[in-house]
Parts: sequence; structure tokens; C-alpha cells
Amino acid sequence: MKTASKIYTGLVMVFLFAPIAILLVFSFNSSKSLSVFSEFSLHWYEELFRDSVTLGAVRNTLVLAVSAAVISTVMGTAAAVGIHKLRSRYLRAALDTVTNIPMINPDIITGISLMLMFVFVGRLFGAATSLNFVTMLIAHVTFCLPYVILQVLPKLQQMDKALPEAAMDLGCTPLRAFVKVEVPEILPGILTGLIMAFTLSLDDFVISYFTSGNGFQTLPIRIYNMTKKTVTPKMYALATIIFFVILFLLLLSNLSDADTAKAVKEARKKRKDKREK
Amino acid sequence: MKKNASRALTLVQRLALAPYSVWAVLFIVVPLFFVAYYAFTDQQFRFTTENLARFFTATSQITDEAGTREVHTYLLIFWRSLKLAVISTVICLVMGYPFAYMISRASARTQSVLITLIMIPMWMNFLIRTYAWMTILQDTGILNGFLGLLGLGKLHIIGTESAVVIGMVYDYFPYMILPIYSVMAKMDVKLLEAARDLGCSPAGVLRRVVWPLSLPGVISGVTMVLIPSISTFYISQKLGNGKFYLIGDAIESQYAANNLHFAAAIAFILMIILLAGMAVMQRHANRRAVA
Repeated sequence: MKTASKIYTGLVMVFLFAPIAILLVFSFNSSKSLSVFSEFSLHWYEELFRDSVTLGAVRNTLVLAVSAAVISTVMGTAAAVGIHKLRSRYLRAALDTVTNIPMINPDIITGISLMLMFVFVGRLFGAATSLNFVTMLIAHVTFCLPYVILQVLPKLQQMDKALPEAAMDLGCTPLRAFVKVEVPEILPGILTGLIMAFTLSLDDFVISYFTSGNGFQTLPIRIYNMTKKTVTPKMYALATIIFFVILFLLLLSNLSDADTAKAVKEARKKRKDKREK
Repeated sequence: MKKNASRALTLVQRLALAPYSVWAVLFIVVPLFFVAYYAFTDQQFRFTTENLARFFTATSQITDEAGTREVHTYLLIFWRSLKLAVISTVICLVMGYPFAYMISRASARTQSVLITLIMIPMWMNFLIRTYAWMTILQDTGILNGFLGLLGLGKLHIIGTESAVVIGMVYDYFPYMILPIYSVMAKMDVKLLEAARDLGCSPAGVLRRVVWPLSLPGVISGVTMVLIPSISTFYISQKLGNGKFYLIGDAIESQYAANNLHFAAAIAFILMIILLAGMAVMQRHANRRAVA
């Protein structure tokens, strides 16, 4: 890269990481100040691990994200298979439009619209509060579904149609051909969809804000409630931990990517060697 | 027999669509009708256009340097949201476009490192990121401390529109870079070389080859920044000190006050305007593509 590009990259990185660096540094501050660093201490981390409400919110977030990711991946993959087999152009166009809605609509409208429906239906049944874990789960599955479908569908379309046919010609039952040939082909899409759904659910604040009841608090909502009042560096300690977890997961996925790339390369080389022999 | 099994499998695969179809109708389509239903009814669910009328006619008095004036409350809020969102989107585009281009021309290894670095802040919760900016921009915050060390005096940023724009640019910047980068990374280098060989100047290559090819990425980047920034409700509360109410804040505060029908009316208007805007943009993009 040229010098100018390097300087520009540096500036962008400073802009992107300055706020995070400040969170990191001040989470180790012994005093409450967010602008003057007095001395190193783990005080705020101890406070964080004593805060049972926040820890409960972490658990809630994980439970919700895992459930939403699994449900939306199963339903979304099935939907992609179905859409792929769809013959009617009009039905296909209608489904595409509907699937696009949660991705295009601002989160605040998705959140409000679901909340209005839940409140209305709840009132029909005479419930005092109709927002709870289930409504939140429904909301999360709803906004994750399009992303799963969007990951799986292209894999189905890229797949060579002759593959399952060949498997059946060679004596596979249709079901076996589907499981043994089609599923492995679309598996990368399913996995990416699962991970996307999980992270989207983990990070969502706006839709959760409108669809959560009093009883069930996720981490983003907990953070929102914490930042309403004056914030203690306890939240910074939490942000620091989140940052390192993300960094660790990213490194892990990069390493495994590199491993797969290496494995693919070696396999190709082996095949080439064999052919040359 | 095999034919029967095959037909049965196709049937099962078609049926696989059923749960999603039901779900999509129940939880994507029907809720949107509820927005319209609430927007056009009063507390007793009787038909009314009062909620919508209130958006266009409600007035309030504001006092600033120019004196006291009577303004249309929600029209002003909407205009302000649009203005700040457009400014943020333009800044993201101007900052992000050259950066995306630079990344796409770097070595494969550098590309993956830079993209990972850009994505890390995205995974930090946006509330925390916004809050971090609040501590940086405060009058007694780190930025002013730093400027003081350099002997540059102090800047009053928090509680101004600039602070809100900084927050929006920071939060949504990656959403501009990633789509533009992904289009540029797929661009055929040979096209650029061919243009140069045929006598195009470097600026000409950018304008006539790179820009038109990257347009789909630019369009999706612009939508991905514009829509969340026009509808945000946290950034303005924290960085604008609550002085710069945006359309998202208006919806949120009506919701918090349990004024669901008016909240729905504002959401309904926002939705209609965004849909119209997107339709215009899509048509424009299609015409460009045809030309």
C-alpha cells in the first residue's frame, strides 16, 4: 500500500477503536472518573461479578439467542428448500417481498408493529401484560429468518441439479440422495445462517426494547437501563469482557478458515500429483 | 416405486415451506396492518384521523438565539431526522468509499485483516459504543483534555447536532464499507487495466469504470446507513443531551407514555415515507442499470 493509504487506514482505525480503547483503559480505573485515570484496579470487575441482575441478563440473552437461532435456522432452511422447489413465479415474488420486509424496515417499525399486535391479542384474552419471553422469542425468530433464508437459498441455486439425479441413478433413494448429497452442499449456508441469527439476536436492542416485558431482561436492555442513570465503570468492565470474547471467537474462526483453506489446497495438490503419476 | 418416492420427497420439500409461510403472514404481514389499525383509531378503537392530523398540525414554542417561535413540532422533528441522517450518510460515503477501494486493492491477507478489524466494533453493543462517545465528547471529557494538552482550547460538542452526527457516523460506518467493498472485491481487475491501456486517465478509470461498477454496493451501503440513522432513538438522547429529538425519539417517548395510537401513527408515516423513497431510488437505479 502507498503511504497515503497507510495514513488514511491508520486514521480510520483510530476513529473506530478510540472509543473501545477508552472503555478498556477506564474499566481498570480505581476511581469512578471516566476522564482521569488514578490507578490500576480490578474493583469494577469484582462489582460486575457481584451484580446478579446483570449476570441474569447475560444468561437470558444467551438462552434467547440460542433458541432464536436454532428455531430460525430450522424453519428458514426448510423454507429455502421449499422456495427453491416453488414453480409459481407470482408466489415466489410475493414470498421474496415479504421476506425482504424485516430487513428493509427500520428496527423501530418491526418492534412497534409486533408490540401492537401482542398487546392487542393479549387484551383480547384479558391479560394484563402480554409481553414476555415468548413474545420476545417470536420477535427474534422473525427478524432472524430472512437472513437464514438468504444464506441457504443461494447455495441451493448454485448446486448442480445433476448431483442428486446422479445419486439416484446410482441407486440412492430420493431421501438418501437429499441427505447425502444436497444437505452437505448447502451446509455452509446453514451454518453461516445459524451464526448470523445468533449474533443478530445477541446484539439486538431496538426490537427487544419494544417486545420485552418487565420480567425478562436481556443484556442490551440491561445496558440501556444502566445508561439511563449515571454509569459506573462496571459497565466498562462488561464491555471489555465482551470485546475479548468477540476477539477470541474471531481469531478462532479465522484460524479454522485458514485450516480449511490449507486442507483444500493440500487435497487439490494430492489429486494433481495422483493424476500426474 | 422409485418414481413414487421421488414424488413424495418433492411434496415434502414443498410442504417444508408451509411453517415459514404461516409465520411470515402472522408475524411480518399482519403486524404491519396493526400499525395502520392503531394509527387510524383512538383509545376505544373507533376510526379517527386525529393521530395522523396531530403529526402534521401539532405546534410548540421553541426559544433559541433567534428568539421565540412557534413551530410544527413533528414536522420539525422529521425534518431534523432527515437532515442529520443525510449528513451522516454522506460523511460515511465520502469516508468509506475510498477506504473500501483501498481495501479491495490490497493483498488478500491485508484484506481479510482490515475487514475483520472493521467488523469488531460492529459486534460491540451499539449502546456501549454510543456511551463511549459520550464520555469522549463531554466538556470535561478526553477529547477536551487532549486538546488542552496541545494548548488548543476547548470544544463544546456534546449536546450539539455535530455530536449526534459523530455518533451516527461511528455506529453505521461499517455498514457503508462492507457492501461497497464486497462489490469492489469482485470487480475484474482486467477491466481497469483495459481502460488504462485504452488511454483512460486514472481519474477517468475511477469515474467511468470503478464508480458505475460499484453502484450496487453504494446503493445498499446508503440504504444500510440512512435507514437506521433516520430511525435511531438512542444516539440523540445520549449525545444530543435530549435536545435534538429525532423521529425515533418521538415514537419511543409516545410508547413509553403508553400512547400507542399516536406512536403507531408516527411509525406509519415514517414507513410510508421510507417506502416511497426506496421505490424512487430503486427505479432510478434500474434506469441507470438499463442505460
